[in-house]
Amino acid sequence: MSMQRVGRAIAVAAILAWSLLPVLWQVLTALKPDAQVTSSPTVYVPSPPTLLHFEALFTRKPFGTYLLNSLLVSAAATALCLTVAAPAAWALVRLAPRNRDRVLLALLLVALFPPILLLFPLYEGVRALGWLNHPLGLVVPYAALALPLAVWIVESGLRQVPREIDEAARLDGVSALGRLVRFQLPLAAPSLATAAILAFIFCWNEFMLALTFMTRDARKTVTAGIASVGGSSIHEIPWGQLSAAVVVATAPLVALVLLFERHIASGLTRGAVKG
Amino acid sequence: MRGLSGEGISKTFPGGVRALADISFTVRSGEVLALLGPSGCGKSTLLRIVAGLERAEAGRLTLDGEPFDVLPPGRRDVGFVFQSYALYPHLTVEENLSLALRVRGLPQQEIEARVREVSELLGIAELLERRPRRLSGGQQQRVALGRALVRRPRLYLMDEPLSNLDALLREEMRGELKSLFRGLGATVLYVTHDQSEAMALADTVLVLRAGRAAQLAPPLELYARPADLFTATFVGSPRMTVWRGQRVGDAFEARGVRAALPEGLGGGEELYLGFRPEDVTLSMESHPEGWEAELELMEPLGDRALLTLRVGGERLRALAPPADRPPRTWARVPLDRRHWFDAATERRL
Repeated sequence: MSMQRVGRAIAVAAILAWSLLPVLWQVLTALKPDAQVTSSPTVYVPSPPTLLHFEALFTRKPFGTYLLNSLLVSAAATALCLTVAAPAAWALVRLAPRNRDRVLLALLLVALFPPILLLFPLYEGVRALGWLNHPLGLVVPYAALALPLAVWIVESGLRQVPREIDEAARLDGVSALGRLVRFQLPLAAPSLATAAILAFIFCWNEFMLALTFMTRDARKTVTAGIASVGGSSIHEIPWGQLSAAVVVATAPLVALVLLFERHIASGLTRGAVKG
Repeated sequence: MRGLSGEGISKTFPGGVRALADISFTVRSGEVLALLGPSGCGKSTLLRIVAGLERAEAGRLTLDGEPFDVLPPGRRDVGFVFQSYALYPHLTVEENLSLALRVRGLPQQEIEARVREVSELLGIAELLERRPRRLSGGQQQRVALGRALVRRPRLYLMDEPLSNLDALLREEMRGELKSLFRGLGATVLYVTHDQSEAMALADTVLVLRAGRAAQLAPPLELYARPADLFTATFVGSPRMTVWRGQRVGDAFEARGVRAALPEGLGGGEELYLGFRPEDVTLSMESHPEGWEAELELMEPLGDRALLTLRVGGERLRALAPPADRPPRTWARVPLDRRHWFDAATERRL
C-alpha cells in the first residue's frame, strides 16, 4: 500500500474516532448499571448491559411525550417555514441579479445574528401572545429562524429551473401561483427536500427557546426534556439516565439523516457547478 | 387586413443595449413571415414582444385590426415553439400537449380528440405516455410543435425551432414544416439565422441587423435585388463576392480590375460591386466584359465545385462542374446580375 493511502486511511480513522467515540461512550454509558458508570478504574463495556435507564426515561419521565412534542413542533415549523420560503425564493429568482444578491446577503446577515440576543424580546412577545407552553410558541419562532437558510437553498434550486418552462406555462395560460406550485416547485423538489431536512434538524436540536418557553412537562420537547433529567439531589448527576436520554433524543435524527443523506448532499452542492 | 401588424416597435434593454429600433412589419393571415438575421440582431426579442414575454417601449401591435399588445401573454392565443423546446420535464407527452387545453377548461373529449389528431399528424402517437427525457431531439421537437398545434391558435410563433437538430433531420423537418403550414393555412412568425431556412419556408422575409430592419421582401426579391450590402452577403449561399472600388470616369476600378459602370448609376465616389458565384460564367475564350482569372482554390461541393479565382488584385468565387480545374480562365458576369452599392450608405444603387 502506498504512503498516500496509508496516510489517508489514518486520517479517516482519526476523524471517525473523533466524531464517533463520544457517541459510542454515550451509548455504552446508557447501558451501564449505575455502579459501573462512575467506578474507578473505568469500566468500558457494561457487563451486564442494562435497560433500566431507558425504562426510567419512559416511566419516571414522559419521554414519549417529549418525543411526540419534538416531532410535532419540528414538523409544523418546517412546514410553515417552507410555505413562506418557497414564494419568497421564487420572487428572488425573478429579481435582477444585483438586487437579488443584496436581499440574499441581508438574509445571511440576519441568520448570523446571535440567537441569545433574541431570547428576551422573543420571550416577551411569546408571553404576550399567550403562547408560553403552547406549541405555537416554538413553531413560529423556529420557522422564522430557519427561514434564511431555507430561502437560500430553495432559491438556488429554483434558479436551476429553466426560465423557458415558466414562459411556456405562462403562454399556456397558467396563473403565477399555479406556475409556482405546478411547475417551479416540483422541478426544484430536491432543494425543497434539502431545505426541509435541514430545517427539521435545526428545530429538533433547538434548545434555548425550548427550555425557556416550555416549562410544563406535557409541552417539553426532547432537548428540554434532557435538561430536566435530574437526580434525587443537586450533587447527584444521573449519568446513566442522562446518556439514555441523549441517545433516545438523537436516534431519530440520525435515522432521518441516514435515510435522506443523498438529498442533503445533492441539495447543498446543487447550483455550485452548472450542469 | 387580416393578420398581424407591428408598427414602430422599439425596445432598449436595461444597460442601454438597443435591441430594436422602430421595426414595422405585417404578416397576412395564412402567410409565413421569417425574421432573419445574425445572432443578437433582435429577431428573438421581436418574437417575444409579439408573444407578450417582453414589452416594447414604443410601437403598436394589432391582430386582425384589434389591438394586440394590451393582452397578457396567457390570453394572446399564440402557439409558441421555443428553441430549446421548453417541454415540461415532469409531465408526460400527453400532459405536455394537453395542458393549455385543460387550463382553458375544454371538455375532456375535445382534449383527447385534439391530442390524438395532432400526435398522429406529427407521428408521436406512441410516445404519449413517455416523459421528455426519454425522447430523442427530433421527437422532442415534434412534441414542442404539437403543443402549439393542439391549441389551434391564430398565430404561430417559432423561435429557431430547427436549430438544435442535426443537419439531415433539419432538412427533413423543414419540408414537413412547410407542408404543415400550407395544410393549416397557418399565420406564422418564424425566427431563424439560417438564410436557406428562411428562403425555403417564408412568403416574406424581414432581415434584421443590430435591431434595424434591413429589408422586408419575398425571398426571391431578397435574392435578386438585395436592398443593402448586408442583405446581399447574408442571403444566398455560397456567399456573394464583393469588391470595393472607385468611380474612375465611367468605369469602376477595384484592385487591378476594371468594370463598366452602368449608365445613370447614382452613388458617390466609392462603390461596391457584388455578384453571386452562381452568376459567374467561366470560359477559355476571352470576352470584352470578362476578366482574366487564375485559379487559387477549389472546394468540391459534390455536384459542383466552388472555385476561388484571382482577378488582378481581387478574388472572386465561382461555381463550376466538379472536375473542372482550369488554371487560367476568363470569368464573366452578365450586366444584369451585377449588384451595385454605394460604399458610404451600403444601400443598393
